[in-house]
This record gives sequence, C-alpha cells and structure tokens, in this order.
Amino acid sequence: MKMSLMRIYAMYTKELRQLRRDKLTFAMIVGMPVLLVMLFGFAMNNDVRHINAALLDESQTSNSRELVGEINQSQIFTFKYQVATQKEIEALFRSGKISAALVIPVDFERRLAQADQSAVQLMLDGTDQSVQGSARQLVTMPINTILREHRSSNPSPPVAILNLYNPQHLAPLNSIPGLVGIVLTMSLVMFTSEALVRERERGNLEFLITTPLSPAELVLGKVLPLIGIGLIQTALVVCLGVIIFSVPVRGSVIELYIAALFYIFASVGLGIFISTTVQTQFQAMQMSIFSFLPQLMLSGYQFPFAGMPPAAQWIGEMLPLTHIIRLVRGIMLRSSTFMDMWPDYLALFVFGMVLLTIAILRFRKRLD
Amino acid sequence: MNDRDIVIKTRGLTQRFGDKTAVNAIDLTIHRGEVYGFLGPNGSGKSTTIRLLCGLLMPTAGEIEVLGLRMPQEAELLKRRCGYMTQKFSLYEDLSVTENMTFAAQIYGLNPSSVKKRVNELLEIYWLDEIRDQMAGTLSGGQKQRLALATSVLHKPELLFLDEPTSAVDPESRRDFWDSLFALADQGTTLLVSTHYMDEAERCHRLAILDRGNLVANGSPQELMSQLPGQVLLVDSPTPRLAQHTLKPGVLETAQVGASIRVLTAGHDHGVEHVQALLNRANVTARVRETQPNLEDVFVMATRQQENK
Repeated sequence: MKMSLMRIYAMYTKELRQLRRDKLTFAMIVGMPVLLVMLFGFAMNNDVRHINAALLDESQTSNSRELVGEINQSQIFTFKYQVATQKEIEALFRSGKISAALVIPVDFERRLAQADQSAVQLMLDGTDQSVQGSARQLVTMPINTILREHRSSNPSPPVAILNLYNPQHLAPLNSIPGLVGIVLTMSLVMFTSEALVRERERGNLEFLITTPLSPAELVLGKVLPLIGIGLIQTALVVCLGVIIFSVPVRGSVIELYIAALFYIFASVGLGIFISTTVQTQFQAMQMSIFSFLPQLMLSGYQFPFAGMPPAAQWIGEMLPLTHIIRLVRGIMLRSSTFMDMWPDYLALFVFGMVLLTIAILRFRKRLD
Repeated sequence: MNDRDIVIKTRGLTQRFGDKTAVNAIDLTIHRGEVYGFLGPNGSGKSTTIRLLCGLLMPTAGEIEVLGLRMPQEAELLKRRCGYMTQKFSLYEDLSVTENMTFAAQIYGLNPSSVKKRVNELLEIYWLDEIRDQMAGTLSGGQKQRLALATSVLHKPELLFLDEPTSAVDPESRRDFWDSLFALADQGTTLLVSTHYMDEAERCHRLAILDRGNLVANGSPQELMSQLPGQVLLVDSPTPRLAQHTLKPGVLETAQVGASIRVLTAGHDHGVEHVQALLNRANVTARVRETQPNLEDVFVMATRQQENK
C-alpha cells in the first residue's frame, strides 16, 4: 500500500500536540540534558582535590615544613590532622576520616641526601581508586623539585608525557562530549518504545486499526518528532558544554549533527524493537533502562575501554553508545572527519538497520 | 429485496481461540439501510463477530462478504467505506474534541480543504459545538459517545459498526443517541449495533440473538416475539416468592416482577391450566393469566433451547 504523507503528517502533528501537553516528558527532554551536563561537568570530577589527610612529621625541620607547605599549595591534600604516632594514622584510616597520610620520618634530612632512598612516605586508602589516581599526581608536582634540589643527581623522569587535546587535564573535556550519547540513549530509546506502546495501552489502537492508517505510517509519524527532539538535545548538550565548561568544538559542527543523526537512527531502532517486546509503557521504560546499563558500562564512557577484557571490548563494539562517544569525542576534540571515523558511522547504521528489520518482522507477526 | 441490497453476508463464520469457540458457524444476511442488532450477554461473541466482519481477525472457517468485498483479504478497501465505534472510548483523551476529529479526518484521507467544513458540520449535528475545545478525557459519558459517533462518520461510511455504544451513558443520552442512529439509517447508512439492552434491541429493524458464539434466533423484533415457541404467563399471588419457588422446576423460567411472577413455558397450549394446576397442588393461592411476550422472553427462550440442544 502506498504511504500517505497526509496520514504521516496527521500522526506527526498529533504526537507534537500530545507531547506539548505531557509536561513531565517535555520537562525531561530539556531537563535531563541540563541536569546531566551540570552533574558531569561540576560534580563528577575525576580530578580529585582536597583529599582529607593526616600529617605525621617526625623530623620537624625547615625542609619538612617547606615540603608540607608545597603540598598544601597543590590543593590535592588537606592536612586535617596533625598526629604524633603511626597508631593514630591507622585509627583515622579505619574510621574513614582520612584517605591519605604523609609520614616524614625522623631521618628525613639524611634520606634527602641519599638518591636511592625515598625521603617521605605517602599512605593511601587503596579502596578508593580516584584517590589513588590523584595522589599519583603528587609525584609529578613541583614538590618533587624540592626533594630533588637536595639530591646529588637530578634525573628527569624516564618517560615524558605529552598530553594532546587536553593539556590542562580538564575533566569536562572528557565527560561532556560523551554526554551527547548518554542523553540521546536515555531519552530516545525510552521515548520511542513508550510512544509506540502508548496507543496500545490506552486503547487508541482499537480505533487506529479500523482506519486506513498503516503500521509504517504510524511508526514514521511517531518517530519524526523524536528525531527533532534528539537534535535539540544534542544542541543543548554541546551549547552548555561550550558556554559553561569551555569545551571546544574543533571539528565540523555539521558532522557532529550527522553523527548525532546516525545515533538517533540506531537508538530509535532499538526503541522500536523494544516496543515489539512489551505490552505497557512501564515495561517499555524498564526494558529501556535494562538496555541502557550495559551500554553505559561497556561504552568506554565511565571505565576506560582499554582496561576491559577482550570479550567485554567485543561486546562494547557491538553497542551503539560506544561508537557515538568515539565519534563525538573525535569530532569535538580531535577535529576528526568522516574519513577518519567512517567505521563508527557504519557500525551505528548497521545496528539500527538490524534492529529495525527484526522489529518489522515481529510487528507483522503480531498483526495476525 | 435483491442481492444488490445485501451489505453483509456470511456463511459458516467460525472463530476459535485455542480450544474456545468464540463464534460458531454463523450465517448472516444484512440489508442496506437496516439498523441490525446483535443481542447477547457479555462473552456471547458479539465483539468477535464485528471484528471478523471488519476484517480485523482471520476467521478459522467460513466466508465473509461486506459491501461486495471479501474479508479479511480486502479489509484495507473496506476501512475507507465503513466506520467503527469501539466498545471502550478509543479516541485520545489528551486531545480536544476538534483535534480528535481533525486527526481522524486526516487519517481517513479527507481532502485537506474540506476537513474543517466537515468537522464543523458534525460538531453541529452532534451538539459538540459548545465543547469543541474541551479535552476528550474531561467529557461526560454521553459527550464522549457523541464524539465517537461523529468521528466514526467523518468519512460518510456506507456501513457503521457500533460495539455496545451505549454501555456507559445515561438513559436520556441513549434515547438521543438512537435518534442519531435512525437519522443515519434514513440517509442510507447500514448500521450494525451490538447491545445487551433489550429496549435497544427492540428498536432495531432486525436483530440476531447470540449465545456463547451461536446465532440462536434472528428476525425482526415483532416476528421474534409473535413467533415465540412458548407462552408467557403472569402469576398474581399474595405469596409471590412461594409461588416462584413452587413453579421453578416445572417451567422454563420464572422471574419476579413487582408483586407478580412472570413465567415462561414451552409450547403454545394449556399453559395457564398447567401452571394453575401446579400451584393448586402445592396449595399456593394464585391467579394465572396470559400476557404478551417481550424480547426478554424471546432471548431467554432462545438461549434455553440452545442449552437443551
């Protein structure tokens, strides 16, 4: 049967009307990207500072005080407790009052002079990975120069690290671009699957099946507004990132939107597929969240992709979120072009096509 | 009537869901311009039959021809020529009256330039003009029903299916609603109405009584009542409940109506004498007289006969 633009348009305007009246969904479309950008931009900072720490200075020399002063300035540690014994440090660790402790031994001055001995000891709470990561920064901090001044030799570090694209170690540069993918997944998969189940759940399908409206027209009319929503959310995340967190857009903005469209296609495909497996909007929401979690974990957004075992990496490669995060980071931060990243576009396209095909096959079956 | 006036014709129409037979070998013939009723309790197969006639279900067996189209093969063609008012309100509660109607008009492929005119026309006919901008979810039962009817006739269908259209409305709205249905029939629309109200069934030109998927009787209400294969008696007694208790085993059906007992007996002869004798034997004081059958009697008789088959 021929598709009718008129019927698709009727469905499209009807969806927009309903959406405008559904205050909660409307608030979610705008509210979620804003909330997530703020959360990840301000709160979720891996660059930890002001770690509560204890100081045990057994040497009490001018050098030791200078060292403590330097560390204080670095703001990585806040020495909340000045203690006199190792025992007190252990108690503080156990009660969770501190995550680190600096011990300056009695023979600090002598150790400084000896190149093969460490001069001070930094104790860390190993249960907190972020503390470990931050504390390691201490090793590259200027305090090292103080320690080194007193040493006979002054070896430079064996490997010099050149941080491309993010020399200032700005956390938002890592988190914000990936959020484009997170926001689109959280909203589009859920909105799509819910939108398609809504008619069935509210009984409107009873009416629709007696009209000439075809399943394809129904789905298209419902999905078109969602594509618009996806593009608006993309713009929102990028704009907030640029304005508030000075995240650069180094590549082409057009390509950024094309990448977003590819991802919207994949997410809508997933949403349509989910809608064919559930009966109610609530189930649709549950399934959407269920499909979102592995994506979040394996996409390389929260945990580095390189750190995962091969099987997990392999699964990660099959998930669309992995590819959109790569694409957005590439375009925004490394000014990558389509030619650099075509495999990721291809992956998104294939993912969307496969799920859409399965969904259409399942949809036909259910009409009998 | 000649064959061209036949709008719906089925032969041996059967629908099974698993091992449950929802519709059992039904033969129907419905003519143009008729208000045809399906009378039956819940679960008697009324809705399933309507769905089969619309081509929404694939019948297990049997043939269906509606407006000269074979169902369900040509269902898509039928959708443009028939309307369907669902049992439960199935329009959008978060759209206004006009928005719902405009949406349906567009879906039915009305010419964009004529959509507004047609919607306004129907708003007037079905007294919806004053509530045109109200959300459908906030309407009363009667208003919702008028909106559903207006929406189902937007595309001027030749045939209109109404599945228990008055189950959620007050008596006055029901009367107005039936006036609207007859107005449509006058314009040549064929209407198929399912109901479980006797008074509504009695208004139909012709009706079919359905019982657990079987068509147990059909014809005009007058035919059905005058051809009742039994007698209806009224028993007046100072002890009506005792009289009812006494009669129950000996007759088809008893029901208390006010101070008297309405009794349905099989066969056409000697009902009065038979029942009077039964009561006398039990020493129940009572007076028995014959009365006119109504549609409920027809319904009870038809379903009882089905049970005994």
